[in-house]
Amino acid sequence: MAEAIVSVPATARRGEIIELKALVRHPMETGFRYTQRGERVPRNIVTQFVCSYDGAEILRATLHPAITANPLLVFNAVATVSGEIEFRWTGDNGFSVSEIATIVVN
Amino acid sequence: MPAATRLGMVPDLGRWSAALSTILLLGAAPAPETPPHHPAKSGIDYASDDVRRMQADDFANPGMLWVAQGGKRWQEPAGNSGKSCAACHGDAAKAMKGVAARYPGVDAATSELLNLEGRINRCRKDQQAAEPLAYESEDLLALTAYVAHQSRGQPLQVSVDAAARPYFARGREIYYRRQGQMNLACTHCHEQNVGRKLLADTISEGHGNAYPIYRLEWQSAGSLHRRLRACYFGVRAEMPAAGSAELLDLELYLAWRARGLPVETPGVRR
Ligand code: HEC
Ligand code: HEC
Repeated sequence: MAEAIVSVPATARRGEIIELKALVRHPMETGFRYTQRGERVPRNIVTQFVCSYDGAEILRATLHPAITANPLLVFNAVATVSGEIEFRWTGDNGFSVSEIATIVVN
Repeated sequence: MPAATRLGMVPDLGRWSAALSTILLLGAAPAPETPPHHPAKSGIDYASDDVRRMQADDFANPGMLWVAQGGKRWQEPAGNSGKSCAACHGDAAKAMKGVAARYPGVDAATSELLNLEGRINRCRKDQQAAEPLAYESEDLLALTAYVAHQSRGQPLQVSVDAAARPYFARGREIYYRRQGQMNLACTHCHEQNVGRKLLADTISEGHGNAYPIYRLEWQSAGSLHRRLRACYFGVRAEMPAAGSAELLDLELYLAWRARGLPVETPGVRR
């Protein structure tokens, strides 16, 4: 299953500010809704997003209900070294998805 | 928004009724051979800037999640044949380029009208010896989006030759037929009130060149037939099933109306 799509520039200059994009497939069910039969739809959301660059955590976000399904996160980082950038989403019901992209810094 | 709406149990246009009183109930003009609004303009040209930006950026367009998923399904063996789509068709970027622009089309072997979903299911049944995928299932949406995406930028060009003519004629008849409690035909909105507002929507020319789309209101990808059912619901008409003959005929007529427009799959709509 294609669970996530990430965008990282393939190359960057040292010190350059780069834009990272992370899109994940998730229903983000709020837990506040009811079916037509009056049964509560259980909450099912992504609760944590973590981005690590060359092993070091550079961004951590706590997600809450009322964030859109299939959320897109866009943020910036400073290109420091060549290496891997890892994106990881975790959430309710053991949800866990990760994507890795590599960047060459020169 | 009512829970059931966001869950997709009920279509989403019940709120149209009040707004519809503003649409003039003009008599439907006799069906012209070449409709107004030609050359055609895509629905994306009537969308807001943020929706346009979302569609234009493959890393922000959530429809790409379905395209990517379809790419995986393309590689997976299915059914008793144990064959994947790729086993026969190879690289989709080559084999499927331009294909979606020719659909719906009449299948020479059976004289049936097939849209892309139907064509894919035909291969599942005949070539893979697999169960057909349910209309609107995640897997069929993903494969359809993936196959159609290979034609992005290609102009729509369906055949309305002798074999297709009866389907086409029925599709056009439906297009100009008043229906539902609102007693409106497609033409009343998508030809006679283009560019005007219906609640928060700007009424477009009603083309299907971007489907399957990611619709923000659905919080999901969806097929053209799902969109058409929403329009039927909006005028409070009985909704034909997704994949039904009525919607297929209409889809052929819509594709002909939209001829020349580039395939945009996966589109984004509000
Ligand atoms: C065993 C071989 C085989 C497999 C597996 C197979 N196909 Fe096909 N496919 C064909 C053949 C042969 C045709 C064209 C002849 C015909 O009309 O049946 C075709 C036609 C098509 C077409 C129409 C092409 C056009 O130019 O109009 C599409 C779309 C398509 N296949 C998609 C798929 C998809 C998606 C899958 C996997 C779910 C798949 N096929 C699996 C053999 C295969
Ligand atoms: C009461 C007005 C109304 C009627 C009647 C109506 N629609 Fe729509 N339709 C809309 C609105 C509003 C939208 C959403 C905005 C847009 O894309 O035009 C829409 C969207 C569409 C779209 C999607 C366009 C895109 O770019 O995503 C198609 C296709 C469509 N309609 C076809 C039809 C067909 C076929 C009929 C007749 C069976 C029909 N509509 C009847 C109002 C209407």
